[in-house]
Amino acid sequence: MIHFHPEKARAFAQDDARAHWHDKALWFVRVKRDRGAATVPEWERLREAAAGIKAHTLSRLAGYLEEFERNATANGMQVHWARDGEEHNRIVHGILERHGVTRMVKSKSMLTEECHLNPYLEARGIEVVDTDLGERIVQLAGEPPSHIVMPAIHRKKEEIGELFHEKLGTPAGLSDPTLLTEKARQHLREKFLGAQAGLTGVNFAIAETGGFVVVTNEGNADMGTTLPPVHVASMGIEKVIPRLADLGVFTRLLARSATGQPVSSYTTHFHAPLPGGELHVVIVDNGRSRMLADAHRRQALGCIRCGACLNTCPVYRRSGGYSYSYLIPGPIGSVLGGHRDLRGHASLPFASSLCGSCTDVCPVKVDLHHQLLVLRQEAGEQGLVPLGKRMGMKAASFAMARPGLFRAGGRMARWLLWAAPGLARIGPAGAWLRGRELPVPPRESFAELYDRETAGSGEDRS
Amino acid sequence: MNARDAILGALRAAGATPVEAPAHPAPVPQGEPVARFLESVKAVGGSPYRVPDAAGLAAGLAALPAWSAPRRASLVPGVPGTVDLAAVTDPHQLADLDVAAIPGELGVAENGAVWVKGESLGPHRAVFVIPEHLVLVVSAADVVHDMQAAYGRLTLPRPGYGLFISGPSKTADIEQSLVIGAHGARSCAVFVVG
Repeated sequence: MIHFHPEKARAFAQDDARAHWHDKALWFVRVKRDRGAATVPEWERLREAAAGIKAHTLSRLAGYLEEFERNATANGMQVHWARDGEEHNRIVHGILERHGVTRMVKSKSMLTEECHLNPYLEARGIEVVDTDLGERIVQLAGEPPSHIVMPAIHRKKEEIGELFHEKLGTPAGLSDPTLLTEKARQHLREKFLGAQAGLTGVNFAIAETGGFVVVTNEGNADMGTTLPPVHVASMGIEKVIPRLADLGVFTRLLARSATGQPVSSYTTHFHAPLPGGELHVVIVDNGRSRMLADAHRRQALGCIRCGACLNTCPVYRRSGGYSYSYLIPGPIGSVLGGHRDLRGHASLPFASSLCGSCTDVCPVKVDLHHQLLVLRQEAGEQGLVPLGKRMGMKAASFAMARPGLFRAGGRMARWLLWAAPGLARIGPAGAWLRGRELPVPPRESFAELYDRETAGSGEDRS
Repeated sequence: MNARDAILGALRAAGATPVEAPAHPAPVPQGEPVARFLESVKAVGGSPYRVPDAAGLAAGLAALPAWSAPRRASLVPGVPGTVDLAAVTDPHQLADLDVAAIPGELGVAENGAVWVKGESLGPHRAVFVIPEHLVLVVSAADVVHDMQAAYGRLTLPRPGYGLFISGPSKTADIEQSLVIGAHGARSCAVFVVG
């Protein structure tokens, strides 16, 4: 897996026009995020508060989960616990089986992707319909989501028209997003009306009130939970927050960070099942408690899945969601995937320029680029770095520890790059020059320049 | 050991150092809330209207194309509808509902959201999302600056239900093109009374 990201990214970048189109589409969302954030004077203090609330909650998570369970049960919900994805799937299937469910409508939940719920239920004869438009598109295409907020961001409208023609029987050649959305609305409305159960994720669970919040723009979670009598909500243990008032902080940050909207269209608070219906909450660990045990890794559990770090990441934008080996792409996915299974995702900590833009936009201030750096160090210690990179690093550290050698090497490199620039394109280092022009090498090093400029001024470098 | 005890046990064993909960920052109020609310409703794809009183609301509804559709449900006191929600036994029967008028408890100036408490939805929660069009009615006195203020004031009985609605249903999942009317209401008129 140590070559996963570079190889997939190279394949993505092969189609230059598409790679640029993808880059621009994501940057457009990043710019909207900036505009949204700028409308809130106390934005930075909100980020501080959000990070603080998450750190506080994670420091006493067991207590808050118990408080949530107690209050949710008092509100008439049924709370279940699952150690891993398999247990989660078994619980969900058990509920559906008891009610004789043959079709379940589902709104977006990265957790159910993580648990591979859809194939589990489909193998047991239950039709699962993803109802978020982007998720329905990738489901029909037989693909995983390529972005956590905009699952079909990698697909062009013409391709979606073709897919709908093939799968939904719409006329051939449709490419107008309004028309395509209308077709999907009609197709999914039938599914909503014919489902016996709905499943949603959980954006926030509130310990104090024993309820939870689900946020969508499309209203698909609302269609799926107000028509069928059975609602299953799947949540990771990290989704709980202490108080209802904390939502004032998080709802101001979430949509602005995700899409630049001041708030999503529907922010629905569930504190009771439908009259005569059932509401089940499945609380899932699946490796999260292990992450919590490490003070540094713990931070990543504060993520509220806004996707801002994906949209801003120069590597994600230019390499696409499918170049990441973990199901959540981009900086947060590389961090979560790396913490979960570094051997399985060894290329991900290197799928970053460490520019730190992800950390700057994160609404809960997860120190993403620093976490990636730590994961690189761990990958190095565990021998999960490709040989070429390892040798290069060794050579660099040997030279940097010896100033004389370093200076001599620099002189030689400057001369060589001037005399025979073609040499730089040979060998593994040549990868840096793919798609780039080599600048003219400077005549002298910074140290030489510094010495010359400060000669006689009394300053020295010691 | 059952899953619950195993998970809680693992979390306790993690022994995280307790971190104090932070105070929430005090929002800086921006502008006159009702004017900002009306602007925000427009920005999120809704249609804002300001009316002085119940008579103004009636006149506004009469002039609203969406409200001229035949199957109308109203949960707003004093506004008559054509569909008796109490007589509907199954929310699936609302599939052909044209429009619903629903009272909001609060309006939020910063984002055009309206807090609708569960009781205001009548016997069927689906009434806000299943019709083709939506009308929300909120009193000018109940418009607050921001979400933090809203959470300080809203009522959410437990057990119960409630939601913020900000404009019509929308999506940008196809090439980032904004399309109004994904699964829920295709239009959202918001009347501010007073």
